[in-house]
Amino acid sequence: MFWDEKVETLPKRELERLQLKRLKKTFLQVQNVEFYREKLKAARIRPSDIRTLDDIQKIPFTRKQDLRDGYPFGFFAVPLQQVVRIHTTSGTTGKPTVVGYTRKDLETWANLIARNMTMVGLSDCDVFQNMVNYGMFTGGLGFHYGAEKIGMTVIPSATGNTRRQIEMIQDFGVTAIHCTPSYAMHLAEVAEEMDARLESLTTGLFGAEPWSGSMRTELEKKLGVTAFDSYGISELFGPGVAFECPERNGLHIWHDCYLVEIINPATGEVLGDGERGELVVTPLVKEAMPLLRYRTGDITMRFEDDCLCGRAKKVSRITGRSDDMLVIRGINVFPSQIEHVLLKIPEVGNQFMVYVDRINHLDEMTIDVEINRDYFSGELQDLARIQKKVVKELRDTLELRTTVKLVEPGSLPRFEGKAKRVIDRRGEI
Amino acid sequence: MKKNAFVIKQISVFSENKPGRLAAIAKALQEEKINILAFSIAEADGFGVVRALVDKPHKAHEKLGKLGFNAAFTDVIAVRMKDEPGGLHEIARVLGEGKINIEYAYAYSGKEGAVLILRVDNVESAITAIQKGGGTLLESSLFQ
Repeated sequence: MFWDEKVETLPKRELERLQLKRLKKTFLQVQNVEFYREKLKAARIRPSDIRTLDDIQKIPFTRKQDLRDGYPFGFFAVPLQQVVRIHTTSGTTGKPTVVGYTRKDLETWANLIARNMTMVGLSDCDVFQNMVNYGMFTGGLGFHYGAEKIGMTVIPSATGNTRRQIEMIQDFGVTAIHCTPSYAMHLAEVAEEMDARLESLTTGLFGAEPWSGSMRTELEKKLGVTAFDSYGISELFGPGVAFECPERNGLHIWHDCYLVEIINPATGEVLGDGERGELVVTPLVKEAMPLLRYRTGDITMRFEDDCLCGRAKKVSRITGRSDDMLVIRGINVFPSQIEHVLLKIPEVGNQFMVYVDRINHLDEMTIDVEINRDYFSGELQDLARIQKKVVKELRDTLELRTTVKLVEPGSLPRFEGKAKRVIDRRGEI
Repeated sequence: MKKNAFVIKQISVFSENKPGRLAAIAKALQEEKINILAFSIAEADGFGVVRALVDKPHKAHEKLGKLGFNAAFTDVIAVRMKDEPGGLHEIARVLGEGKINIEYAYAYSGKEGAVLILRVDNVESAITAIQKGGGTLLESSLFQ
C-alpha cells in the first residue's frame, strides 16, 4: 500500500531532477545560518556551483559537534516566531542537541510517518498504541501525528506501567504497537507472566535502537506480530526517515526528502553501492533546520538493486556506529556526556568505566567512578550521598537511570592513547 | 579530666565490596605491627567502610595512604558496659534521654569487660551525659 504512490515510486530521472531542485533550495535556505555562511564561504562554494547532485561532494560535512557549538538556536534558518516546536536529543557533552520545526516541517514529518505506516499495511482501521516517551524525544509525538494523519485510532500510552499497557492492548483491541525492541521483549514476558493473550496484535514497529534478526524471530513468536524496523534521528526530524517495507530486507530511506551518501568514516571518501560505511544525509525538505551532508554516525550500505516494492534503492539495517555513541533503552548516550557530568562533581574523580548489560531484556548501564580522596569523610552516609548525587546528575543530563558504583581512588584503568571506557556486555538478543 | 581525653581516633577506610580488600588492609596493619582492638565493616551499595580502633592510628593512616587506600579519622567514644543483661540498655537510655543520636556503634567483650564504641552526633554532650548518668568512659590513652 502507498500513502503517496507517485512520489514514492518516482522514476530515477524524475527523482534526481526533484532531488537537485530541492538541494539547490536547501543550499539557499542554509544561507540563513551563520555557521553555513562562513563554512561555505571558506570552502568557496556558491549556489551556482551546485549544478548536479554530485556537486554535493564539494560541500564540507556537518557534524554533531557543530550542532553543539550552535546551541541552542544557532542552526535555525527561520525566525523563532516560525518555529512551532522544539525537540532535543543527546548532545556530545552536557547540553542536548536542539532541533526545531516549522508548521510545514511538522506536516512533512507526519506525512513521512504516514508513508511508513501505510507501507507496512496499516490504515484507519487500525488501533495503534504508541509506547514510547512523549516528551523531548521525537519518537512519541512523531509517530502520534503520523498515525493520526492516517486516521488510525491512537492510544498515546507513552512508557511505563507494563501491566496497564497490556490491559489497554486487550481492552482496546490494539492491532499495532510502536516501542523499542527491548521494551517489546519485556512486554511479551510480562504478558506471559500475567497469562494475558494479545490476540488483537498484528503489527509491531520497533526502533530507536539496533536489533538483530534473531530478536525479530523471537518478538514475532512471542507477540504474534509482524515486526518492522524503524529508523530515524532527531536531526532529520526523528523517526520516519527510513523504514522496512513488507519485503523486510533493508530500509527504505525516502529519497525525495533525504539525499543519501555512504562514506568511509575515516577518510570521508564517498563509497559506492554495496560498500559499507557511514550514512551521510542531506535533508532536502527541512525549513527550520536545514543541514548539509550531516554525518549520522550510523553504519550501513546502499543496496545495488532497486527493491521489488517499487520504492527504489534501500539501505541495509543499521549495523553499528562510526563513533562511540551507545544506545541504552532507546536513548543515545555519548561517553563524553558522562565525562562532562563527572567533571562538575568534585567529590568524584574524572576517570570512569561504563558497563552495559541486558537484564531481563532491558539495558542497564553501570558506571564505576572513583571517590575523590579529599572528600572521604570516613562516614558511610556521606559516601551514599555522593553516590546519589552522581546518579542524579547523570540522570539530569542523560535522562537515563544508571547504577553508579563508587570505587577506590586510583583503582580504575588509566589509558594512554585511545581510552576504552565502555564495556558492552549485551549479547545478540 | 579533660573531655577530649575520651575522644578516640577511629580509622575509617573506604573499600570496594570485593574479595581481598579486607585482607589487604589487615596485611598492611600487620606489616607495621599495628594491633586492631576493635573493628566493624559497614556496607552500602557495592562499597563499604572498614572502621577500626587501632593502637597506632597515625601510623595506620600513613601506611594505608601509601598503599593507595582512602582513610580518614573519625572521632568516637568508648564506654564500659556491664557484661550482663541490661548492660547496653543502661548506656543507650542515658544517651536517648540526653537527645543524643547514635550514628553507629559496635562492641567487643574483652578481658576488662564489655566495651561499646559509639559514633554520636555530638561527642561533647555524649561525654557529659554518660558521666552524669554514672557510666565509665575509656580514655583514648588506654588504646592509643
